[in-house]
Parts: sequence; structure tokens; C-alpha cells
Amino acid sequence: MSFWEYANPRRFMQTTAGLLPWLAGLSALCLTVGGIWGFFFTPDDFRQGSTVKIIYLHVPSAMMAINAWIMMLVTSLIWLIRRHHVSALSAKAAGPVGLTMTAIALITGALWGQPMWGTWWAWDPRLTSFLILTLFYMGYIALWSAVEDPDTAADLTSVLCIVGSVFAVLSRYAVNFWNQGLHQGASLSLDKEENISDVFYLPLLVCIAGFVLLFVTLVLLGTRTEIRARRLQALLARERMA
Amino acid sequence: MIALLLRDLRLATRAGGGFGLGLAFFLLMAVLVPLGVGPEPALLARIAPGILWVGALLACLLSLDRIFALDFEDGSLDLLATAPIPLEGVVAVKALAHWLVTGLPLTLLSPVLAVLLNLPGPGYVWLVLSLALGTPALSLIGAFGAALTVGLKRGGLLLSLLVLPLYVPTLIYGAEAVRRGVDGQGALTALLLLAGITAGAAALLPFAGAAAIRVNLR
Amino acid sequence: MGASVSHDLPHCLRLRRPRSLVGSSGCRMDLTITNLACARGGVTVLEGVSLTLAAGRALVLRGPNGIGKTTLLRTVAGLQPAVSGRISPAPESLTYAAHADGLKAALTVRENLAFWAAVHGQRGVDAALKALNLTELQDRPAQQLSAGQKRRLGLARLLVTGRPVWLLDEPTVSLDAASVALFADVLRGHLAKGGAALIATHVDLGLDRAGVLDLTAFRAQGRRAGGGFDEAFA
Repeated sequence: MSFWEYANPRRFMQTTAGLLPWLAGLSALCLTVGGIWGFFFTPDDFRQGSTVKIIYLHVPSAMMAINAWIMMLVTSLIWLIRRHHVSALSAKAAGPVGLTMTAIALITGALWGQPMWGTWWAWDPRLTSFLILTLFYMGYIALWSAVEDPDTAADLTSVLCIVGSVFAVLSRYAVNFWNQGLHQGASLSLDKEENISDVFYLPLLVCIAGFVLLFVTLVLLGTRTEIRARRLQALLARERMA
Repeated sequence: MIALLLRDLRLATRAGGGFGLGLAFFLLMAVLVPLGVGPEPALLARIAPGILWVGALLACLLSLDRIFALDFEDGSLDLLATAPIPLEGVVAVKALAHWLVTGLPLTLLSPVLAVLLNLPGPGYVWLVLSLALGTPALSLIGAFGAALTVGLKRGGLLLSLLVLPLYVPTLIYGAEAVRRGVDGQGALTALLLLAGITAGAAALLPFAGAAAIRVNLR
Repeated sequence: MGASVSHDLPHCLRLRRPRSLVGSSGCRMDLTITNLACARGGVTVLEGVSLTLAAGRALVLRGPNGIGKTTLLRTVAGLQPAVSGRISPAPESLTYAAHADGLKAALTVRENLAFWAAVHGQRGVDAALKALNLTELQDRPAQQLSAGQKRRLGLARLLVTGRPVWLLDEPTVSLDAASVALFADVLRGHLAKGGAALIATHVDLGLDRAGVLDLTAFRAQGRRAGGGFDEAFA
């Protein structure tokens, strides 16, 4: 059977109805285990103390904030090329989830930054990029809600998503360029890969898996809602015609 | 296409065309900012590049929704879409016309406003160069945003929300070029990157804009 | 002449339409529509529309308000994608005139018309002005015209497009009796030169060789499955 069979709304609804409880349960499990493990069973960092533990929320949400946009880009392209409604609707559903992830990343970042850097906010390249990403999400969501005809909205938001992706990447590099010479990046860097040890790393992986599962659950849930709304509209339209 | 360019320029300069509104806004910005932040010359000199670029950007934003909305309302856009010139060309020409009536005058006016804001001497060349290279990108990105929102009843505010994030790289490289020029650092890199954005936008955005217009017309 | 174009592809992905080599009025051009279905707001309103319009003929579309006359004309003009079916020739042999005339209030009558002539790479602005009795008004800004005069200017635009097939949506709105007769003359002249016209109107234009097509017969049943759009969800 072809993968594209799942693009049929009815087929999609059937499949995800069975899948959803498992995904939700698994994501809850991962988040609970990862969270408890990370918060209570890892040692304090020798410099950062226990504040380092916010990493278990901060890093996964930041990853998902970016991955959500990439997913929207892919599904937008699928909509434009293959005209599968489910694809467009899943992009629509991913928008608010991605925005929430970005907000979580920014807020946990501020909470972490306050004790570590002594400030809630700094125009660090990464922070700035995330702030700009928030603006992109807001524009995308606003365009979805502003256009009445659903297919027109799907087309326009897809085009915006593609163009926005290009400009988001450009902004990322521009921000790096802009910050040069004003900040010493290293001391404020959030890059953990080189100095993180396994003690912190394993629970982090569990948390990341939990966030991925949470994201998939929420997007599937949102897509199902959108499909139901579209179905309702279609039935009402048919009623009017008859 | 030349006919379309001439028509748009003629419409912009006739009564009610809104030509000069952007310029007036730009001027107001340069007057209001010193009133807000205080008259200290050193402070003004430091923030002048940023203020001038943000001002140019916002002045550009003012007239964006007119790029396609007027033609949409009176039916011209339908007729242009069925005319022998490609819609991509229509978008490109409209962006060019928008630049000629906003971006270009802003660029030419900017040295005068830079005097008001006490921009240090070495900055002038870079200011004019960066605006000349960067404002076409503002018009092109704006034309794309206007194409996205052309069918909407209250598209103006949404247009700003869509377009401003897309303006970020242009603003950063533009203002950075002037700042580095003032500091005597190499401003050329920023300027080249700015030119790259304009060139890329000119090459790609007419296609995206035309796609959006086709969607909005159906 | 004029490749047939299927509008099945997603509208925003369709490549630029091929330029047709023939497009000047005076050439003979048949309009053929085969099994066309068209939609408004995601709902199929007309289906199974087939018609052939030979050069030199006009066809009047009839039917109650909301049946889909405008939708059909816009679909044929290539402004919106057809749900299914074929239209020949390609949109660049067609020109469309609707309620909005595409006039700029700040430009004069002559400037307005000259612009559309230039866009279509045609001349004959003077002849078009004369044909619709606008010569005396040619230097007046369009904003000072009456509704009927504006309409005449909008119709004069048809003449400077040089396209053989005219798609007219209620062309006589706000025209007085004399202007309707004037326009009917223009239309007869166009047909005599081998043009064709598909007209949605309730007014009798007094054309001797005009067929009438009642669209009521093609009203979509609304229960048809498939065919894309919202029916995928119902």
C-alpha cells in the first residue's frame, strides 16, 4: 500500500484514532521519567548549581520549535505539489504548537539566564533568532486565520512558509553577523554538546523523545480537529446545495 | 511592461496618489526621535544609522498595501492576469514602481535627515549606498506580502505582521553597513550581503508573489 | 491554433501559459468547452457544461442569479481553475470584461485605454474611442465620467485587446438604450470579423445569430463524490 493512502482524510482519521492514545501515553511516560530523572537524580553542576536542570525543558522545546517549522515546510510543499488536504491541515495544526514550543524555549531561557548571566534577556544571537522565529510563527498563524476560504488559506500559507523559511535562515546568519564584536559569544553560548557528560545526557535524551512524541500527539490531535471542522463545513455546504 | 511601469508612476504622482507620504513620515521620524531620546550629539550619532534604517523601513511599509489592493478593487488585476504579460513580470514591475516612488526618494533624502541626527562624516557614503542597495529588497518583499494579502478586507495590519519578520536580514545588513562605516571598520561585507539579498529577492519573489496573486484571484 | 489547456493542475503551480502566436482580431477562432465543471468557494456549482462557439457567433448564457454564470466565465477566462473538463483555445485568445472595468480614476479616458492597448501590444485607441462614442470625452479624467460612460470605456477596452473571443459578464449594466444599441453594433462588428462572444446577460442585444444556453440544466447536484475540493471531506 502506498504511503499516500494516509493522505485520504477518512483513512487518516481511522489510523490516527488507534495511534493517538499510544502516542499520548508514551509521551507522558517519557516526559515523566525524563523529568523526574533529570530533576532529582542528576548531580548539580559544579558551576551552575541546580539551575542547570532547566536544560531538560529548554533544549527539547528549542529543538521542537525549529523542527516544527521544518515539518510545516515539508507539509506545505506536499500540499502545493500533491494537493493532499491532510498535509495542509497538519501544517496548520503544527503552527500553534511550534509557537508554544518557541515560547517555552524563550521563557525557560530567560529563567535560566537570570541566575546565570544576571539578566532575563540579552541580545544573544540565539535568543534573537528565537524571537524572530516567534514573529514568523505569528505571521503564519495570523494568515491562516485571516483567509476565509480554506484552500486559498492553505495555498497562501504554504507560499509564506516557503519564503519565510528562506528568510528565517537568512535572519539566523544575519543575526550572527550583527552580534559580532558586541558580545563575546562563548560565555553566553548555550552549546552543551562539548561539555555535557552522560549523567546529564541520558535523561536529556529521554526528555527530547518525550517532547517529540508530545509534538506528534498534539499535531495529530490538531489535524483531526481541523479535518472534522472541514468535514462539518463540507456537509453544511452540501446541505445548502441540496 | 513599460506601459505598466509608466502608468503606476503616473498614478503615484497624480493627486491622491500618496506620493510623498512616506517621505513625510521619514522626516517626522527623524524629528521625533531626538525629541524622544534627548539632544545629546554623541548619543544621536550612535543611534543615527539604526534610526534612519528603521525609519526608511517603516516609511516603505506605509504604502505597501496600495501596490495591489487598488488594482484588485477596480478589476485591473483580473485584466492584468489575463493580459499577455506574465504575472511574474507584473509583480516585478509593480515592485520597481514602488521603489521608484518610495525607496529612491528616501535614499536621496536620507543625507539631509542624517544631518539632523548628527551622523558622523564617514557614515554618509555608506548610508546612501546601503539604502540604495537595500530598499529595492524592501519593495520586493513588500510586493510579495501585498500579493499574499490582496484579497483580504483588512489586510493592512496583517501585511505588516507578515512583512516585518521578512525585513529582518535587510535591516540588519543595512544598518550594520552604516554602523561599521561610521566606526571605520570594513563595511563592504555587509554591503555585499545586502546586495545579495536584493538580488535574490528580485530573482525569486516575483514568482512567489505571482503564485499568491493567482490564488487570491480565483 | 491555440493549444488546448487543461486546468487540472494546481493553479499556483501552473507554469506560465504558452504564448499563442495568433491573437489579433480578425482571425477566426472557435471556442470549445468540453464537460466542464466549475466551483465557487470550494463547492461545485456547474458540471457537464459542453458547448462549441463557432467564429462569428455569439452565445448568451441565461439562468437565475447564483447559477454560476460569473463562475463559468471566470473559469473559461483562466482566472480560476476548472474542477474538471477542457477549454480550448488557451486563455490568451480570450478576454474577459466584468462589473469592474479596470479603470483608473486619476487617468484620462485616453490614457486608460492607451494603457490597455499597450499591455496587449495593440493600437487602435482612436478607433475604439470612436466606436463607443468616447472621442469627445477622451481628455476627461475617468473619475468625472458617469457610470454609463465608464462602462462604455470598459467595453472599449475589449477592442484594444485584439483578442478574438470575448467573455462578457453583464456588459450592459448602467448603459442607457442608446448605448446598448451602440454596444450591440460594436459586438456585431466584432462577430462579422470572425470574433466570438460568450455573454451573460438578461438584456436582448438584438443579435441575429446569437444562440441561447440556459445553465439551469448544468446545475451541479452537490452529491457527486470525488472531484477534489471539499468533497474529499464529505
